[in-house]
Amino acid sequence: MDELTRILIQALAQLVAPATAAYALAAIGLNLHFGYTGLLNIGQAGFMLMGAYGFAISTIEGAPFWLAFLIAAAAGALLALVLGIPTLKLRGDYLAIVTISAAEIIRFAGRSTLWAEYTGGASGLAGTAYKGSFQDLSPLPDGRTAIGPLEYIHNGSDSWWTRIFAWSVVLIAVLLVWLITRSPWGRVLKGIREDEDAVRALGKNVFSYKMQALVLGGVAGSLAGMLFVLPISVAPDNMGRTLTFFVWTVMLLGGAATLWGPVLGSMLFFFVYMLLRTGMRAGLSDVMPAENVEHLAGLMVGVALMCIVIFRPQGILGNKKELAFDVR
Amino acid sequence: MKADRPIASAARRVLAVVVALLAALTASAAMLAAPAFASSADVATDCTPDGTTACVSPIVLDTNNDPVPGIEVTITGTDFEEVVTSTDGPVSVAVPTVGRYTLTLDPATVPDGMSSDVPERQVVAQTGSTARGAFRIVEGSAPAATGDATEPSETATGGDGDEAAVEAGGIGADGSTENVSGWPAFSQVWQQFGSGIRFGLLLALASVGLSLIYGTTGISTFSHGEQVTLGALLGFISVNWWGLPVWAAVLATIIICAATGWFQDVVLWGPLRKRGTPVMQLMIVTIGLSMSLQYVIQMFIGGRSQRVLPQNARPVEIAGITLSAASWLSMLVALVVIGAIAWFLTQTRIGRATRAVSDNTALAAATGINPDRIVRIVWTMSTGLAGLSGMLLAISFGSFTWTLGMILLLLMFASVTLGGMGTAFGALAGSIVIGLVVEMSTLIPGMPSSLRYASGLLILILVLLIRPQGLLGRAVRVG
Repeated sequence: MDELTRILIQALAQLVAPATAAYALAAIGLNLHFGYTGLLNIGQAGFMLMGAYGFAISTIEGAPFWLAFLIAAAAGALLALVLGIPTLKLRGDYLAIVTISAAEIIRFAGRSTLWAEYTGGASGLAGTAYKGSFQDLSPLPDGRTAIGPLEYIHNGSDSWWTRIFAWSVVLIAVLLVWLITRSPWGRVLKGIREDEDAVRALGKNVFSYKMQALVLGGVAGSLAGMLFVLPISVAPDNMGRTLTFFVWTVMLLGGAATLWGPVLGSMLFFFVYMLLRTGMRAGLSDVMPAENVEHLAGLMVGVALMCIVIFRPQGILGNKKELAFDVR
Repeated sequence: MKADRPIASAARRVLAVVVALLAALTASAAMLAAPAFASSADVATDCTPDGTTACVSPIVLDTNNDPVPGIEVTITGTDFEEVVTSTDGPVSVAVPTVGRYTLTLDPATVPDGMSSDVPERQVVAQTGSTARGAFRIVEGSAPAATGDATEPSETATGGDGDEAAVEAGGIGADGSTENVSGWPAFSQVWQQFGSGIRFGLLLALASVGLSLIYGTTGISTFSHGEQVTLGALLGFISVNWWGLPVWAAVLATIIICAATGWFQDVVLWGPLRKRGTPVMQLMIVTIGLSMSLQYVIQMFIGGRSQRVLPQNARPVEIAGITLSAASWLSMLVALVVIGAIAWFLTQTRIGRATRAVSDNTALAAATGINPDRIVRIVWTMSTGLAGLSGMLLAISFGSFTWTLGMILLLLMFASVTLGGMGTAFGALAGSIVIGLVVEMSTLIPGMPSSLRYASGLLILILVLLIRPQGLLGRAVRVG
């Protein structure tokens, strides 16, 4: 029984974990790309890496927190511009190909020895090197607080402050997405998703709208990368293709083109994922080693992604009629 | 997509390929023009670490852990470069600053028929200690990469074996051509040209399938990389676990991989086609499939790098290019298979039907071709070819890890886009160009070997900016 409670508490903790917030924000960005505009970005991890490196390196070089925050956002915007210019005038799968390649190349560049002086090479950057300015911002007094079964320190890496900050950023992002997608601008985006040529015929500059969506979603992605590394460290190998695929699963699970889909998706995904992993680790410890449990859980995520797309492409919250789901 | 090509424009397309190849050659010629660079200096090779001194020491050992004298190792770091020669005893040099240093072994000083397990090592020098980087001299020219490969859940530690882990992606571990400083000599360029052709041919096997799938179904399949890794994995299993001879292992790999493609089409793609599922949805399904396959592969080999052939490779020199005997054989197999694909596509009924479906599915169906059957054949064939490609790559490059397909997928997309999406022969031409560029980009001084794949992305972006339809594609509106 104790075992069961422990597993449940671990899973519950995922609901508020900073990583869950980071995934939610990355999925909000991806939702702007894919859900609202129909852009197939399969390199969200690349945007996250840009944000993580942008924030960590500029902090280490001496930038104050908010400047580093802006640099992280700018890094994502820059990547979006570089990837968008050659691809957004072309068919949708070219963006997919270029983003998935770029994400890998950024990871390779991060872990290569060429810029190891800044990026720390394959070992990445230790969290203590860049967390200081963020933790100094905390208005909370030192101490610990328990809410229900969840107990964390107020300040520090795995703290309430990190959680409050991360989820605040997510809430602000949700608010912004709500504001921009109910505007005329947002309706043009949805128009592009449904029928690009029709929007073009109305005299809209489709390329420019797509680019704006790509940049906004990219900025959300890079800030998500920053949130992702705030409680831990910058490790390029943790931010590879698997991260992108998880973000996709999170977004499609919650529902593409919905306001709360990414947030719901992220919380639900990590609750179940943690339940599954700790449960299997406890239950299957005689049958297979812990390493294989991770692989089995990953395999299940892959299968789940396929099943969602095939059987319920609109996710939990989505409206099937709204989502035309085709290459633009 | 490309039925009635006017002959004149076909000729232009061939010209475009020739021009691209010429450009690649010119670039290598330009590298030749620069003089070969070598630096050697007499340095103090007995450093004693103390509170203010940091030492770096290269260690060169043979398979019996005995020191190998006479090997030159270049130590490079920030504002520092020295060449030291190994002796029977310990050799160390004082370095001016603490931090990261790269030890690069000069393959020219290694005895013939031998090579180092890794071409370079990273060490971190600290005051009061000696940072040691060990090289092991082994027989053969295509050594296994060492070091634990990277699993996403693990934070790789700096130092020994990191670059080797990237190398363990299965690509080019021929330590004989690593170049860290100075411009390359002709023999190096020629050697890399050979490696590039080898890589291009093996890459082509996989890209042709990717291109055929795109042509007939419109899906850019993201699981094709994992299909390649699956081939390497099955090669490993059939040789090492089942004890099959290599030729039987190749056949078994092709058959099992082709079966996975057939099975996927029966349970997944076929029913989805009948349902009329949009292409974008199918592409996301391939993402899920890729993730599933990746974890299945990891269940078998974890994060380790594995060798398909347990014995060491035997180097064979042909026309001044030294590659392992297995590499030459792989290239031969690849050439024969590519020839067979070309014959199949141009001479057989099913092959011509395949091209017809890829040109215009509705029209092909109207002339009595069953597109469903053709697509099933294409999936089966493509995954079989990807499996063959993966196994041959793992054999040629000595070892592979689960990341093999991830890197290859990127290069396959670059090749297919360069050649023209959906054109089988474009994928072939594109692969050769990408193979050459990737292998030759290591000749650029100061280019870390892990970044060579970045050239693939660079080409991809340039092609999309300049000629989005690719070398052999028809100029149609693609957006």
